[in-house]
Amino acid sequence: MTRQSHAESRHRSSYDQPDFGTAAGPDPNYNFAYLDEQTKRMIRRAILKAVAIPGYQVPFASREMPMPYGWGTGGVQVTASIIGPQDVLKVIDQGADDTTNAVSIRQFFQRTTAVKTTERTEAASIIQTRHRIPEKALSEKQILVYQVPIPEPLRFLEPRESETRKMHALGEYGLMHVKLYEDIATHGHIATTYAYPVKVNGHYISDPSPTPKFDNPKMNRMPALQLFGAGREKRIYAIPPYTAVESLDFEDHPFEVQRWEQSCELCGAKNSFLDEVVTDDRGGRMFVCSDTDFCNRRLEAAQ
Amino acid sequence: MYVAVKGGEAAINEAHRLLAEERRGDPAVAELSTAQIDAQLSLAVDRVMAEGSLYDRKLAALAIKQARGDLIEAIFLIRAYRTTLPRFGYSAPVDTASMGIRRRISATFKDIPGGQILGPTFDYTHRLLDFRLAAEDGGESLSGAVQGDQRADRTDETDLLDEKMPRVVDLLKHEGLIEDELPGIEDAPVGDITREPMSFPVERDVRLQNLARGDEGFLLALGYSTQRGYGRSHPFAGEIRLGEVAVEFTPEDLGFSIDIGEVTLSECQMINQFKGSAEAPPQFTRGYGLSFGHCERKVIAMALVDRALKGRALGEAVSGPAQDEEFVMEHSDNIQATGFVEHLKLPHYVDFQSELELVRRMRRQASAAVAEAAE
Repeated sequence: MTRQSHAESRHRSSYDQPDFGTAAGPDPNYNFAYLDEQTKRMIRRAILKAVAIPGYQVPFASREMPMPYGWGTGGVQVTASIIGPQDVLKVIDQGADDTTNAVSIRQFFQRTTAVKTTERTEAASIIQTRHRIPEKALSEKQILVYQVPIPEPLRFLEPRESETRKMHALGEYGLMHVKLYEDIATHGHIATTYAYPVKVNGHYISDPSPTPKFDNPKMNRMPALQLFGAGREKRIYAIPPYTAVESLDFEDHPFEVQRWEQSCELCGAKNSFLDEVVTDDRGGRMFVCSDTDFCNRRLEAAQ
Repeated sequence: MYVAVKGGEAAINEAHRLLAEERRGDPAVAELSTAQIDAQLSLAVDRVMAEGSLYDRKLAALAIKQARGDLIEAIFLIRAYRTTLPRFGYSAPVDTASMGIRRRISATFKDIPGGQILGPTFDYTHRLLDFRLAAEDGGESLSGAVQGDQRADRTDETDLLDEKMPRVVDLLKHEGLIEDELPGIEDAPVGDITREPMSFPVERDVRLQNLARGDEGFLLALGYSTQRGYGRSHPFAGEIRLGEVAVEFTPEDLGFSIDIGEVTLSECQMINQFKGSAEAPPQFTRGYGLSFGHCERKVIAMALVDRALKGRALGEAVSGPAQDEEFVMEHSDNIQATGFVEHLKLPHYVDFQSELELVRRMRRQASAAVAEAAE
């Protein structure tokens, strides 16, 4: 704390040369985790409200961050306001720790907080993710932070925020059910494969972020706290631990997840989400786990 | 092979090294200094300060250099830097009526109290490439004498312009010909979209802040669309002025206001026709544009869009995109727009995988149905 307030109160002239952080400590030119303490408090208040009203989108005064909108500024702000020096951070994008954007966000927090980072799912206290939920079940001691592009599940049915807020307030979700019904009428099944809408705690319809619907069942009664940050759209929402999360469906058309005929070609997993990797230009391809930690650990165990 | 698809840390570091090399360009050519950018690309600096919402010429020049001249990237650098600065409070409203005028024109009256001052403008130049500027010494040997004379003139001019210049729209106010704009309640908090998320419908302070930070190109196209019939408002440029105003601030522990410096502003007061309604007699209405630096195109476009967005309050039918508050204000910020548009470059493997699986399944079902029908 002393270090934080020191960094914050320090007068920083516009023309100071940057002094980059090292493994020994965070970058002294910026406050711990980049954001100033007032901003973190404002974001924490929004998070508390979000936890109190599961699935409700809380507006917050999102800041401009040093990475572009769409790169995870919402998730980064949420992580920056909850992270402390004792935390261990894992960052994944598309399930993988080594995708370029995951590497870049991990480096950002290494530089501004110098916290320990990990690729091991169970070793992390905070996991920031884009588009996946880890295959390994999370615990009460963990927080999953999602990066969200469009937090409003009704946005593509109604572009106006003033309208969608009313629809949520009145629980007027007929439009969504009609959309799903039309899918069934046209295709014989619901043609939504990712960002599949969920009902949180029997009330608000929420967007799980563009995770594949394969991950939706993991959200239901998850022991870990789930926090969702949408920077550009300035919204935070949350699913508290052990909250009921149902994927929308109909009695005669129950919700189903994707299944593969193949298993992972590296570790042989039959029950994980698989990425298709094109191996040549003649239709050759292989399927491998999208969750790199899950895959690597299975490989290690097999050896 | 697998790792190559996912990319990684080494790739990022190499990309950054290449970027630094490209930014510097041919090392045989002298490096550009930020002082040169500030002085000679001053309109680029103005735009970066205006849309970056940070009045600091040196930082804006640095951002332009670092961004290799990509102004949106430079604005982004400034915005991200601005996030980290402590906020001391809000200044007193600046008084543009007492601006130290460098340029001031009215398209509605031939002569106005204080006079029309053309100032530094491209308006009446012939757009012919001046090849003298491509010469090694930048053609300064040819134009140096002229510049010296102009500078001498300008000193006289400044003396001449010291008198207070009333705003043109205020001349119409006396006759009740133009809608009144009452000052807000003194000491009432002003909206600030960098501290409070927008919630629709918005008040005008929030709208003007949104437009002032908005992308010049976006506002230009929207303003243009109102002139072509999508929310027509019969505009006249009542007054456009450019100059310096003093910024006053009251530090809490001092209790009285002090002058903390001066900023260059461009301002546009648009006068628009209004036929009147059941409640209000015919009267001119206004649109307002204000920006840091010399950004004339921006403030004119901003004034057009501000007026278009008054439509709802005036009871006009909302028919064009420029009149649609949510549409305009949600899409005006180029940092938000460029981020979300360009994020399509990021991997979307898992979403695409889900769609791929669905399309394959639907195609199998479709061909099965065709086969069944044929039997």
